[in-house]
Amino acid sequence: MKRKPFEGIKVLEFCWAGVGPFSLNYLAYYGAEVVKVETALRPDITRTGAPYKENIPGLERSATFAWTHPVKKYDITLNLNHPKGIEIAHRLVAWSDVIGESFTAGKMEKFGLGYEDLKKIKPDIIMFRTCGYGNTGPLSTQPSTGFSLTTLAGFNSMCRWPDRPSSPVTGPYTDFIAPLFGGLALIAALDYRRRTGKGQCIDLSQYEAVLNFVTPILLDYVANQRELTPLGNQYPTASPHGPYRCKGDDRWCVIAVFSDEEWEGFCKVIGNPPWTKDPEFSTLLNRVKNHQKLDALVEEWTIRFDAEEVMVMMQKAGVPAGVVSNTRDLFEDPQLKYYHHFHELDHPVMGKCSFYQGPGFRLSEADYEVARPPLLGEHNEYVYTEILGISDDDFAKWTQEGVFD
Amino acid sequence: MLSCYRVLDLTDEKGFICGKVLADLGADVIKIERPGGDPARRIGPFYHDIAHPEKSLYWFAFNSNKRGITLDIERMDGQEIFKKLVKTADIVIESFMPGYMDRIGLGYTILKEVNPMIVMTSISHFGQKGPYKEYKASEIVLWALSGMMYMIGDPDRPPLLSSYPHGYLFGGMQGAIGTLIALYQREIIGRGQQVDTSALLSLVRATGPEVQGPWELFRQIVKREGRMHLRTGTGIRTPILWRCKDGDIGFFLLLGANFVEANMSLVEWIKSDGIDSGIMGQIDWKKVGWDEITEEVACEINAVLTKFFSQHTKKELYEGAIRRGIQIVPALTAKETLEFSQLAVRNYWVKIIHPELETTMTYPGGFIKSTETTCGPRHRAPLIGEHNEEIYKKELGLSGEDLMILKQSGII
Repeated sequence: MKRKPFEGIKVLEFCWAGVGPFSLNYLAYYGAEVVKVETALRPDITRTGAPYKENIPGLERSATFAWTHPVKKYDITLNLNHPKGIEIAHRLVAWSDVIGESFTAGKMEKFGLGYEDLKKIKPDIIMFRTCGYGNTGPLSTQPSTGFSLTTLAGFNSMCRWPDRPSSPVTGPYTDFIAPLFGGLALIAALDYRRRTGKGQCIDLSQYEAVLNFVTPILLDYVANQRELTPLGNQYPTASPHGPYRCKGDDRWCVIAVFSDEEWEGFCKVIGNPPWTKDPEFSTLLNRVKNHQKLDALVEEWTIRFDAEEVMVMMQKAGVPAGVVSNTRDLFEDPQLKYYHHFHELDHPVMGKCSFYQGPGFRLSEADYEVARPPLLGEHNEYVYTEILGISDDDFAKWTQEGVFD
Repeated sequence: MLSCYRVLDLTDEKGFICGKVLADLGADVIKIERPGGDPARRIGPFYHDIAHPEKSLYWFAFNSNKRGITLDIERMDGQEIFKKLVKTADIVIESFMPGYMDRIGLGYTILKEVNPMIVMTSISHFGQKGPYKEYKASEIVLWALSGMMYMIGDPDRPPLLSSYPHGYLFGGMQGAIGTLIALYQREIIGRGQQVDTSALLSLVRATGPEVQGPWELFRQIVKREGRMHLRTGTGIRTPILWRCKDGDIGFFLLLGANFVEANMSLVEWIKSDGIDSGIMGQIDWKKVGWDEITEEVACEINAVLTKFFSQHTKKELYEGAIRRGIQIVPALTAKETLEFSQLAVRNYWVKIIHPELETTMTYPGGFIKSTETTCGPRHRAPLIGEHNEEIYKKELGLSGEDLMILKQSGII
């Protein structure tokens, strides 16, 4: 059996919503033991986010929560507003190597769980903090979500026809970008600690992290005082370039022709009709200039075929092409299937769902592991009595007193 | 944090950011270009709009902090030198077509003979294996097959691409994460390994539960609806983006315990503007759930908000929203982003000197702040072959004479 890279690493997750859990998931995929700390008084916000199983709201029914936690995590409830709750949190800190938190700035300090407090309990602790704007500065306590940051950082202004307002990228896009930086920094910190024995506190401002994705746009302004030009589906050095309508309802295949070889391959696939010899389309420059006319001609051909057929024919001729996949297509995509991208897992309330997924890479020496999302407080007894060694009597008593609410 | 590691970076735009973020964390990343320079130096935009391989802003953006050498790894001499470098390295990153490195005799099986501790990270469009492995792709192909494109755009037009290509960055970042996990595991198992990164798999994740959830639960396909966003399970649509006086702002109506106060103070704000809050004033925000919002009610809310937003500038709305804890945010232009005060207060921006251009340019800063390390750009991207002398002569001990021969024969 392959040994898991993070076996023995213990993680305490005071995170909710997307970015915190997504960042820590990389440790969980590869064997770290993660305890997710929630409170029944205010559960993880994604538990109360649609879509719900059978459309009925419920803490164990949210696809958003389920999708966000496709890994083994022990879930406990702990009331940090109870003095005993803080004491127990400190005991959990002593057990941990990594503490993740995604409250707004100052919250952890208020609970006596700031970095300085944690260091006293465990000098080499790695504290991973993330919030929208970062833990310092005038906006540190401002609430934010992936929806708002996606607009703020400009991602909702990038998809745009020259004659229309922009179309947003669907959903809380930055929630899928910021954790790439968070996960990376966390693993680097673990590696650094192993080599030096030193812990650290990492502050991931989600806004700052995702701006690392748009550096060319910012440099274009710095150097040329230019804002991003809306291009629709055009690309400066390719034509044909775009999605072309195919047979069926709202079915499309993109085709992208950059080089002369690709143009020849493309022409051959569509049967070398006479218009392909027209000087209007003989050079890249002319194809780019006359792209509207060309696009219409391409579509006259693609409309006769299924999008999948167009992709396969073009690819066989060495022309970049791909189906504009809808969600159903994703779950049926042969390449994603080959990589076993989606995992079906059974959950006591959600039932069987197959949208659970691992990372975007595969390691030759270690397999990632997925597991169904935990229920709220599912592992209270295990974590409090087995891991922390709280006696059964105390556990029962404190449960009564609302410590584990 | 990673200053003890050396990375050999053979990537093109599919993998630039992988080496870049490792370099931001301190790794010694050597970008290996073909003699004459990487074709990706032709990607715009360009400094002062001069299309020149030393002026690509795209290249600058994702190769800062790296050193640069030129080497033809298809030639025998080039391969010998590459193997010598592999002996001193911890990581090789490449983004050629799957199988290329094996074909030219520099696949993982060969490199691990040279250095058993080496981690070899491949970043490709689809992965090293599977039915698409030989498929050709570009940004738009990736954007299409990942499911991103289908749900973006107006319903009366085709699905829409981003005018700023950035799909590859997802694969590059996943590659970096995989690389560090492999490096971590190296100390446990005593050998390196291969990391197979697929840009497609990486980008599919970004469609998220908002899109994948409805399919799994209701067999519902989320379609492109312009600025409207379907509230899954309700059939109700509300906008993500809105027009205001001087541009676009983002506001996405959220209900539930965490948003009661924000929604109530938004209503008060609208009223204090002298605008009829209509249905918004009648809703009990403490109790309301999506099951109670009919299409008609949603339309009325949209009408009230459209009117309210249209009377204000981005700045007014953002400042007012911050005071009230409401998540209304401006869609910032590049100019406004560079002037954003929170970023300035946190000393986010970094000025990088470009001596050849006789200028300094402001770059986005590090993606984290840490008590142990500084993260972010330290120096500009390398010129073509900038560190040839330094690395070949000083570090590999090549003689000046040999270097001259290798240069003349087009190997370096």
